[in-house]
Amino acid sequence: MAKEKEGCVKPALGPISGSEADESSVVQTATQKEDKMSVSVGKPAPDFEASAYLNGGFKNIKLSDYKKKWVVVCFYPGDFTFV
Amino acid sequence: MSAVAARYDELKSLGVEVLSMSTDSQFVHKMWQEEELSKMVKGGVPFPMLSDAGGRIGRIYGVYDEEAGVNVRGRFLIDPDGVIQAMEILSPPVGRNVEELIRQIKAFQHVRKTGEATPSGWQPGKTTLKPGPDLVGKVWEVWKP
Repeated sequence: MAKEKEGCVKPALGPISGSEADESSVVQTATQKEDKMSVSVGKPAPDFEASAYLNGGFKNIKLSDYKKKWVVVCFYPGDFTFV
Repeated sequence: MSAVAARYDELKSLGVEVLSMSTDSQFVHKMWQEEELSKMVKGGVPFPMLSDAGGRIGRIYGVYDEEAGVNVRGRFLIDPDGVIQAMEILSPPVGRNVEELIRQIKAFQHVRKTGEATPSGWQPGKTTLKPGPDLVGKVWEVWKP
């Protein structure tokens, strides 16, 4: 498999807020908004962008890159832990 | 992670993409892959390993532990419309069951395709339920635990 080329990745956006209006609002408001948990079954999964390691290289990945596919997102406490 | 990686071919054959995520940087992911995961699973973890710096994404998904500064074990199944169909959140000491994840994926894919419902513990080929007025009070006739 081809190595991902990006050597030093651009900072990822983290959570991506839904509407344009959110982005133009005051930064603090946006941050407060981000902090709220907003997931439940039957509701759209909040989009995000994160820096990723894959195929020996680095790349920024968005959840919305995977539209039209089944996706499993697995959070875990940390690398080099035991379970 | 290695347990999911070990079943990756099966997940792939179901058309499922896996994204793993912790608060570690992508650089630490690289080291973990090279130093340990690649020795646990042949070829190492085949899916993207994402970095959730500062737990910003974990907070929105309700899995960020403010005191510990890490994301707990949270697993979210998202359908092709981008809608969350299943979620499971465990505290750190207990690992997940990939078998149950795969069972749920098969059930959700079946439901999406047929509009039927699957009873508790359903496996492909087993009885499904066709919800509607005729089934009210009659589930016992077609299915028992």
